[in-house]
Amino acid sequence: MFRSLAVPEFLAKIDQVKCIRCKRCIQNCGWSVYSWGGDKVLIDTFKCVKCLRCYHYCPEEAITIEDNPVKYRSNANWGFYQIRNIKKQAETGGIPLTGMGSDMPYPVLFDNLLIDACQVTNPSIDPLREPMELRTYLGKKPAKLEFEKVAGGKPKLKTKMPPQIKLEMPFIFAPMSYGSISLNAQKTLAIAAKELGIVMNTGEGGLHEDIYPYRSNIIVQVASGRFGVNPDYLNAGVAVEIKIGQGAKPGIGGHLPGEKIPLDIAKTRMIPVGTDAISPAPQHDIYSIEDLRQLIFAIKEATNYTKPVSVKIAAVHNVAAIASGIVRAGADIVYIDGFRGGTGAAPVIIRDHLGIPIEYALAAVDERLRQEGIRNEASIIAAGGIRSCADAAKAIALGADAVALGTSALITMGCTVCGKCYTGNCSWGITTQRPELTVRLDPEVYAERLINLIHAWSHELKEILGALGVNAIESLRGSRERLRGVGLDGQTLDLLGVKPAGR
Amino acid sequence: MLTIDAKGIYYRELNSKVRDAVSKGEKEILLKNVNGQYYIGDGLRGETTITIDGVPGNDLAAFMDGPTLIIKNNAQDNIGNTMNSGKVIIHGNAGDVLGYGMRGGKLHIRGDVGYRVGIHMKGYKKQNPVIIAGGKAGDFFGEYMAGGVLILLNLDGKKDDRPMVGDYLGTGMHGGIIFIRGDVDKKLCGAEVGITDLDNEDNKFLKEYLEDYCKDFNLKTEDIMRVGFKKLIPASLRPYGNLYAY
Repeated sequence: MFRSLAVPEFLAKIDQVKCIRCKRCIQNCGWSVYSWGGDKVLIDTFKCVKCLRCYHYCPEEAITIEDNPVKYRSNANWGFYQIRNIKKQAETGGIPLTGMGSDMPYPVLFDNLLIDACQVTNPSIDPLREPMELRTYLGKKPAKLEFEKVAGGKPKLKTKMPPQIKLEMPFIFAPMSYGSISLNAQKTLAIAAKELGIVMNTGEGGLHEDIYPYRSNIIVQVASGRFGVNPDYLNAGVAVEIKIGQGAKPGIGGHLPGEKIPLDIAKTRMIPVGTDAISPAPQHDIYSIEDLRQLIFAIKEATNYTKPVSVKIAAVHNVAAIASGIVRAGADIVYIDGFRGGTGAAPVIIRDHLGIPIEYALAAVDERLRQEGIRNEASIIAAGGIRSCADAAKAIALGADAVALGTSALITMGCTVCGKCYTGNCSWGITTQRPELTVRLDPEVYAERLINLIHAWSHELKEILGALGVNAIESLRGSRERLRGVGLDGQTLDLLGVKPAGR
Repeated sequence: MLTIDAKGIYYRELNSKVRDAVSKGEKEILLKNVNGQYYIGDGLRGETTITIDGVPGNDLAAFMDGPTLIIKNNAQDNIGNTMNSGKVIIHGNAGDVLGYGMRGGKLHIRGDVGYRVGIHMKGYKKQNPVIIAGGKAGDFFGEYMAGGVLILLNLDGKKDDRPMVGDYLGTGMHGGIIFIRGDVDKKLCGAEVGITDLDNEDNKFLKEYLEDYCKDFNLKTEDIMRVGFKKLIPASLRPYGNLYAY
């Protein structure tokens, strides 16, 4: 009898000549691919996910992980994963899960956009010698400013500024809950956010007491499960975010199975140990823009109007109209999560086929809010597949005030985007709650790497601004004139509000 | 006792006055002429008792943590949204989506309640939210219930022919207990619900809850308990355990 007709994705191989039988691969693999056979390491290749933990920890470089050459017969129509998922479903009757953003080859419009630069007729700026402003404020901006003269004739701002989130650079960390990622991963984000002067986001799993000291660098989230939400929590961070949807799984809820809810997570979510943590698909108190307004202002009342309220939605077909409604409902920030956004767990079928990419959504929302004269009423955060500073710069030029980084931040912690977050076996200690695995992720050590990444991107962003001849990120924001499209059709260019290269 | 006249005042100003009074240590507040103002008691903490004269608007006692609200009249939707502790006593009927995500405290309603009452209520440690409705309830009573106690009494059942509770009773339930006075039609229940009779322990708890309720409305526990109750509990704490392929 066969074990499974779902062909293994990868083949782990050990060069028996190089192997010194140190068993580090056995210790390091969270998926139990390796075991000790008495005189050599045995391999169960069905379990391998190619996270490369063993490869990096093998002192002899004896391990290689290959794509399984025994794939199904090549077929332009029936791909490996289409066949494999059917086999899996035939064996289990279940919905195949996945983690991370979609790996399907849909076009990535960021790769069809190029940024302008100065030559001859307008001078570029050297950011190494001249000041370059990346500071960003998220929140509602007044339509006009009024001043009054105080004693001595000096003008003083009369307009009362709505609450803002101050960011030293236009990057924030995307919401990732304790439960979907480990506490050490959340601590890494919190330490880095504090050091960088930016913010992390608790996600919907509540706020662990260890993260409370970082409160001036935290956005707390309220989702349909209302996990860990009480007046303390609402007032704990610099802003409150209402989560309506997620780019990787628009329109569906979350579901942390009971076996993944040990004591500490239960405490943070304020639920009993071992019961499922179900986030219903919709928030059942929100069936309309009016209902959303009610929750936004319930939160504003509970925080005495001291915190901006953000509303996070997945990018879907009608996103511009929805975002307009959200702004009119009183949100200070609209967070748009694109189709390629990551997840700790989502059905493959949902992740790969629902929603629209961030580039389209962002352009449509920014344009719509401008047309309606309400763009100043809310900041826009773009998320869902920001892979580099170039993506971030292009998103900002398309209208984002800031971009959110989820996967990119996790990659600094060792993540290789293997996409198996939902198994809870992450060998890097990121998307797991197994204590022997989470202990591998030292927050202080990995925060340093994350800080390095954001510093590097900030330098890159300053170089881009310098090349554009501007000295503040504000001058790039929504400036689509500084973008050109390559290989895009007229309709797409029109939607993006971008000219073709050469014009 | 501090009296605040809510006549013609926008909710934001009214609630700001209430917050000020509570922060100054006021223990008893009377709100006169309330007429639909939203968010009364929202995020409020402490031991204050607020008596509301008139009909308060939506999101009463949202995120509330401690105070007692007494409403002499009807109340509207979304009462006790994500409430943490405290008590809301409503002498009339109440609307839809009561106690959404409620983690602690009590909602006592003398009359009927609307749709989606007690959705995703949850208990945590010593916190055990309780909603008791004296009349009838609409659809989706106790949907996604994860903890706490929902009690439906149908005290005035003979007044009209409407069923005491709507469809989809306890759909997606994975924690908590629903007590229904009288019989429950299995057809109304979600697939995740099991119906049983009460044991001695249940009767003890139920009596405790009802005694507190009866005190608020000048009713007699014995009268209420003369009719038998049914207990609804989740058939599984993991209703969707086999849904996924790994």
